Amino acid sequence: MSAVAASLLPKPFLAYVRKIRGPRIQQWAFGIWTVAVFAFLYIPILLLIVFSFNDSRLGLAWEGFTTRWYEQLFRNKVLIGAFKNSMIIATVTTVLSTALGTIGAWLLYRYRFPFQRAIGLLIFVPMVIPEVLMGVSLMVLFSNLLNIPLGYATVIIGHTTFCFPFVLVGVQARLQGIDPFLEEAAMDLGATPIQAFWKVIVPYLMPAIIAGALMSFTLSFDEYIVTVFTSGAGSQTLPLQVYGMARKGLDPQLNALSALFVLGTIILVLFSELIKKRT
Amino acid sequence: MAAVPTAAPVSSHHTRRPGWGAWLFMSPLLLWLLLFVIVPTVMIVVYSFGTKTALGEIRLGFTWENYRKALDWDKLQRLPRDFPDNVRAATAEIVEEESPGSPATWWESTRGLLGGIAKTFNSFLWLKIFLLSIWYAFLTTVICMVVGYPVAYFIGRAPPGARNLLLTLVMIPFWTSFLIRTYAWISLLSRDGLLNGLLMSLRIIPEPLTLMYTPFAVVLGLVYNFLPFMILPIYTSVERLDNAMVEAAYDLGAGPVRAFSQVIIPLTRPGIVAGALLVFVPSIAMFAITTLMGGGKVPTIGEVIQKQFTTARNPPFGSALGTILLLIFIISLWLTRRHREE
Repeated sequence: MSAVAASLLPKPFLAYVRKIRGPRIQQWAFGIWTVAVFAFLYIPILLLIVFSFNDSRLGLAWEGFTTRWYEQLFRNKVLIGAFKNSMIIATVTTVLSTALGTIGAWLLYRYRFPFQRAIGLLIFVPMVIPEVLMGVSLMVLFSNLLNIPLGYATVIIGHTTFCFPFVLVGVQARLQGIDPFLEEAAMDLGATPIQAFWKVIVPYLMPAIIAGALMSFTLSFDEYIVTVFTSGAGSQTLPLQVYGMARKGLDPQLNALSALFVLGTIILVLFSELIKKRT
Repeated sequence: MAAVPTAAPVSSHHTRRPGWGAWLFMSPLLLWLLLFVIVPTVMIVVYSFGTKTALGEIRLGFTWENYRKALDWDKLQRLPRDFPDNVRAATAEIVEEESPGSPATWWESTRGLLGGIAKTFNSFLWLKIFLLSIWYAFLTTVICMVVGYPVAYFIGRAPPGARNLLLTLVMIPFWTSFLIRTYAWISLLSRDGLLNGLLMSLRIIPEPLTLMYTPFAVVLGLVYNFLPFMILPIYTSVERLDNAMVEAAYDLGAGPVRAFSQVIIPLTRPGIVAGALLVFVPSIAMFAITTLMGGGKVPTIGEVIQKQFTTARNPPFGSALGTILLLIFIISLWLTRRHREE
């Protein structure tokens, strides 16, 4: 529209160019910048993947294609044990966080509790507090006050504490768009409050619940800092092992593991995009 | 008729008071928050006023000693005396080296002043680490903002199809394990890494550069990890930006620079503030990245707190450092509160 208006009105040439070209030049400049930033984000990861197939320990020069590092990786008992631990911990964390977050979001939306604002603020704390504080404070709680030996349970408690708020906030966002009479309609048709929640509200909230569950799983699977403080000798997770390997320096097995991690992430992101599209 | 529930006047949704059932289902969440959020935090604050015994155990009490140590209080009090002394000593050293016997020139005194500031700063054991951590986090935030804003803006203004693809491309690094992303840079920057290998095979440099274990590596690692945290909230703000406002700015004769600085940036401020917070707060205490990229040579506050609770076995002092960190974090939340609520 502005182009038509500009061509009809006798305006100074410079102002004309500015008006039409200004946004376009900026768009071009930002486009080139974006490509450069994506290169910055992706080149290190791509190199990591490419060199996971390199038949050389040090990785300076390309010495032929190999799957040796992957074979070593799949025979590495320590890493496989850590992977199992991570899977167990992330799965239980996801179930607990999803339950706590979904029920909490619904009840906080449905009822007016005393200290409602304070509860809402408190839920935000684990999302934003520096992880090192959460880690050390949970460690002193478990070892000095509750006397629980550090292990699976303590790691799961730690992870759930910072995961469930993400579920809760996501579900709360979806509750903003809910028809306020949905529950009433269900109850008018004879459902108890629990039935109404389970059969009517939960299906409506499902996309947010799944998104929150995926988020919990990834956050828990990747967590390093809180795990360091809350895990015992028998509950070492994959990030703890990865950290130990990365500290020692270059290791082609770690390249192979990274490639698998990236692949897993891509699958996860595509999966969550698919869910978003279907809703 | 009697079986059909009649529509009794229902109280408005949001004012309904919880019955025993609601309390029952709410109690796990409330207990969880009490036991795993409030109690541990209170414990840290209580410990920070305690002392440790010779065996490394905690004795509760009330002393400001840990805070005095954490803030280098004694040195702070001596600052009015020490600082001029340090400047004088540094200046005298430079004069001695360059023009013995003659009075200091303005150039020599300026360098002496800088030397004195550096010497004073380095004499603060713990405060220095706090300030350096805040400085690295600040630097990371500013770099992420400058680098990330144009990307967020470009994605936000792209046609819907391209927008989803670009957004997915931001999400993939965002979801990839931060340890893997940090390791990617270790494999690039280390002495026998790819970058040194490339530069040496091209004969640009004769021997490997020391890139790892420097403040540069620490900030690079932080920027690389937190950049998506800046892009995503700014993108959300840009997407909500009213196109008519931008067009009006150009129609009224603003060039790209003016349209940007006076219209677009102020309108997307909530996204910028949210992004800054999401980058700044975790980077202060993110010790895993800083330890890997800094190799213990660039100490940060997160690393120091971890050490006090583990190898150094001084939990009360670690608690004091943690409580100060908690205060910094509350202050930064409070300072940005008004901007975020807009």
